Amino acid sequence: MKKALLTLLSIILLAGIVAGCSTSSSGKDGKVTINALFMKQAGYSEEDVKAITKEFENKNPSIKVKPTFVPYEALEQKIQTSAPTGGYDIVIIDAPWTAKFAKAGFVKEVSDKLTDSNRSDIFAGAIDSVSYQDKLYGMPWLNDTKFLFYNTDMLKQAGFDNPPNTWDELLTQAKAIKDKGISDTPIVGSWAQAEALICDFTAFTSSFGGALVDENGKPTVNSKENLAALTFMTQSLKDGLTNSKSTQYLEEDVRGVFSSGKAAFALNWTYMYNMANDPKESSVVGRVGIAPVPGTQGHNGMSVNGGMGLSVTKGSKHADEAWKYIQYLSSKDVQKRFAKNALPIWKSLYEDQDVVKTGPEVVEASKVQYENLENRPRVPWYGELSTELQVSVQKALLGEITPEQALDSVQKKAEEIASK
Amino acid sequence: MFYKGEPIMKKQLSEQRFAWLVIAPACVIVFGIVIFPLFTTFIYSLKNMDLTSSQYGQWVWLQNYLELLKDKEFWSTTGRTAYFTGVSLTVEITLGIFIALLLNEDIKGKTFLRTIIIIPWAVPTIVNGAMWKWIYHPEYGALNALLTQLGLIDHYQSWLGSPWLAMNMIIIADVWKMTPLVVLFFLASLQLRNLSIYEAARVDGANIFQRFYHLTIPFLKPTILVIIVVRTMEAFKVFDIIYATTRGGPANGTLTLTYDAYLKSFTNLQYSQGATISYLIAFMILTLTFLYVKVLKSEGAN
Amino acid sequence: MKKNKAFSFFQYLFAIAITLCTLGPFSWLVISSISYQKELTKVPLDWIPNEVTFKRYIDIFTNPNNDIAYAFKVSMLNSLIVSFCVATIALIVGSLAAYAFARLKFRFRQKLIYLFLFTYMIPPVVVVIPLYLILSNVGMLDTKGTLILLDLTFVIPFVIWIMQSYFSSFSKSFEEASAIDGCSRFQTLWHIVLPIVRPGIIATGILAFLLSWDEFFFSLLFTSSLEAKTISVAISEFSGKNAVDYGMIATGGVLASLPPIIIVFLFQRQLVQGMTAGGIKE
Repeated sequence: MKKALLTLLSIILLAGIVAGCSTSSSGKDGKVTINALFMKQAGYSEEDVKAITKEFENKNPSIKVKPTFVPYEALEQKIQTSAPTGGYDIVIIDAPWTAKFAKAGFVKEVSDKLTDSNRSDIFAGAIDSVSYQDKLYGMPWLNDTKFLFYNTDMLKQAGFDNPPNTWDELLTQAKAIKDKGISDTPIVGSWAQAEALICDFTAFTSSFGGALVDENGKPTVNSKENLAALTFMTQSLKDGLTNSKSTQYLEEDVRGVFSSGKAAFALNWTYMYNMANDPKESSVVGRVGIAPVPGTQGHNGMSVNGGMGLSVTKGSKHADEAWKYIQYLSSKDVQKRFAKNALPIWKSLYEDQDVVKTGPEVVEASKVQYENLENRPRVPWYGELSTELQVSVQKALLGEITPEQALDSVQKKAEEIASK
Repeated sequence: MFYKGEPIMKKQLSEQRFAWLVIAPACVIVFGIVIFPLFTTFIYSLKNMDLTSSQYGQWVWLQNYLELLKDKEFWSTTGRTAYFTGVSLTVEITLGIFIALLLNEDIKGKTFLRTIIIIPWAVPTIVNGAMWKWIYHPEYGALNALLTQLGLIDHYQSWLGSPWLAMNMIIIADVWKMTPLVVLFFLASLQLRNLSIYEAARVDGANIFQRFYHLTIPFLKPTILVIIVVRTMEAFKVFDIIYATTRGGPANGTLTLTYDAYLKSFTNLQYSQGATISYLIAFMILTLTFLYVKVLKSEGAN
Repeated sequence: MKKNKAFSFFQYLFAIAITLCTLGPFSWLVISSISYQKELTKVPLDWIPNEVTFKRYIDIFTNPNNDIAYAFKVSMLNSLIVSFCVATIALIVGSLAAYAFARLKFRFRQKLIYLFLFTYMIPPVVVVIPLYLILSNVGMLDTKGTLILLDLTFVIPFVIWIMQSYFSSFSKSFEEASAIDGCSRFQTLWHIVLPIVRPGIIATGILAFLLSWDEFFFSLLFTSSLEAKTISVAISEFSGKNAVDYGMIATGGVLASLPPIIIVFLFQRQLVQGMTAGGIKE
């Protein structure tokens, strides 16, 4: 027994070392190599990006691109630590980081590189996601926002033909679904202590007509609209309409709950539509409805701008080549051909039948929602604000403090941070 | 003074030279990598390194420290870290003593137990975290299934869903992994125990609890202290298991000092605050170690 | 010794409880790794799966097209290489230093010992920001070599700490005798000292390997691609975002635990000696 284990161990070790020695190789043939940092599991898949990159390399034989894919959680940290020195030439940036990175000088300004005609064909939300104080710091690349997903079967069983237009309607429908025993907890959200919570929170507050900061970047966290939104969220938890485990869920957990047919309503990013309709991943195939986020009396349903852009880092030594690659990635032609996993940033493509064919329902909902997007506060101190919000909003959701207390305390902290 | 009186070894390298020769590689690698960053981080903690601030790069001396020490949140984070350290240590040591005593007895299956007891310790921390997160899963978790099937709970619970509970659930995960190590320490020192004293005590009519309290505990005291020192140093720096389970949530309920320093440095770009917290952690660990060593030495003197 | 019946009953009860608690969680991980997703997400849960599948294991070893499986395989190899190199280098470099600390008199000896202990104690978060900037400047990010160097910063002090107690545990007369015989210091070290402390070296080397295998923080920050990513990072990335494929996380977890578990089974006795040697003497 002991001998056998020992042999096994030495084999594992040897195999590891042999494999390790054979994998290290690097080309030095006068090519320019650009390092690009992408995100895993959102929009374009790794295969898509690799395929596009291959095309680009074939067209530009003097440029070699080395893409790296990291999960969202590790992304910001990788950018911050590598941007000053140009460890990566290109980085993907999430909308709320733009202000901070621009102010810190991590990314190059590219305002003059986008023509006016191109600019007017891109959704405003997508442009917003890469701009700070009217200057452009990257090229919009991914369009994304949260939609209201609903289980068409459950709605029908409860006697509703259409998804709710307002949050109040949603409550009525959810209550009916719960009362009829169709689902114990009809609503599920990604309300864990993470950025996901602030994305949902932004959708709620803006649909209630609120905003977290005003046009001048002054915090308005404890406005009565925001309070109404947070009260709505906590109340739905208290009433048992929202799954109490939501405070522990990220987007993927929401997808899991919705896909297993346990929830009637969920807020989630575009990607869930295809996955919830994939028989390998889901048991609610064909029963997935997608609609714009509900509104309130007098306010359109707004959703959070989850757009991401590609920026050239300050430290990059091959800025021109990097920009060329970015342009290729975001070109109409490429975005059209790869529209299956990520809808284009270009308005004109939404009339293109090839694009519409990839998901008529999603395109339909997108057309409405992209005109009703809210940015998370575009201030350099967003990171701190988000951290404070995550904690306080969670405390309110868990019933440890009242919504008033939660928002007041964040407002006080935000004022402090903003004045620094 | 170091060269005196070793005529026989004349042909050899001097002791000084030889010592430095063999120590050099370790010094070069370890200090070569660590010293400069250590120093730089200290500078960061004395400066305003807020990349988005207009006063970027200016010296603020102790202001970062003062601000942090005045911050209530910092103290609750310190409290949570202390809670994690204290509770997991207490449980690990208590369990450790009893398990070690049991394994030291002449019972059937002793060899088997001794072999398997070490398994949890071999499981890597990140795997341990992912494993318990899976066991605690609110929808499909094994813990929920077990407790429901035993009739102990009615509904599936959200074990990591509320702050205080989540912290305790993480402590359980940590205890599961680290108790075996404590057991091994105790087993090793139990082997040096003089059994005739126990026999004598028994003859004198001391019952099992008296023997445990008056003989076993005093005997194990030095080992307990050593374990406290070693484990405090580790537990106080806890990061991996938090990262693998709750990432500081819910509502900061599992936010510990190292995780806070990580968040501040790498999510909020607050290098100064991150650096300041890091130095305060190092300072606290040093203080604790110093106190323990004092106690250890005075114990040794007795 | 006479035994009280009730007492002995409690002993066995306790023993059974320990066995269940020790084996339970990990067994569940193993079961999860060979169960179909359907069965894992069933409520109420069946503890013993009706059907088992080894597809995930097979995928990891043979299927380069399954991204996650492939990532697990490569990162596992990375971990093996890094930990093996770290253990070897730390053992050589650390033991030499430990020998000097234990057996030789020289200036700053005590201060240096404390300095090494200090570097072992400080939380790694203290050094990572400047380190990242430096390594990025010289283009050393995301390589196994860098990770090995970084791991060495805490594994070497650990080796020094433990080996020191082995070196001070035998009488100085061995070395003196050898010196009289005309051996050089290095010859003495090689022919006399080394054989005496060999059990200690084995134990320490294994501990060093395990320490580096378990390392997470540096790997998380300093690696990003499959070039150097370790298994711990791969698992944490996977369980962080893609929280749905529980069976695959379990499979990765089981595989990542295998090398340390095998080692621990093989070298249990030496390990116990090694760990306690460091602790009890200091």
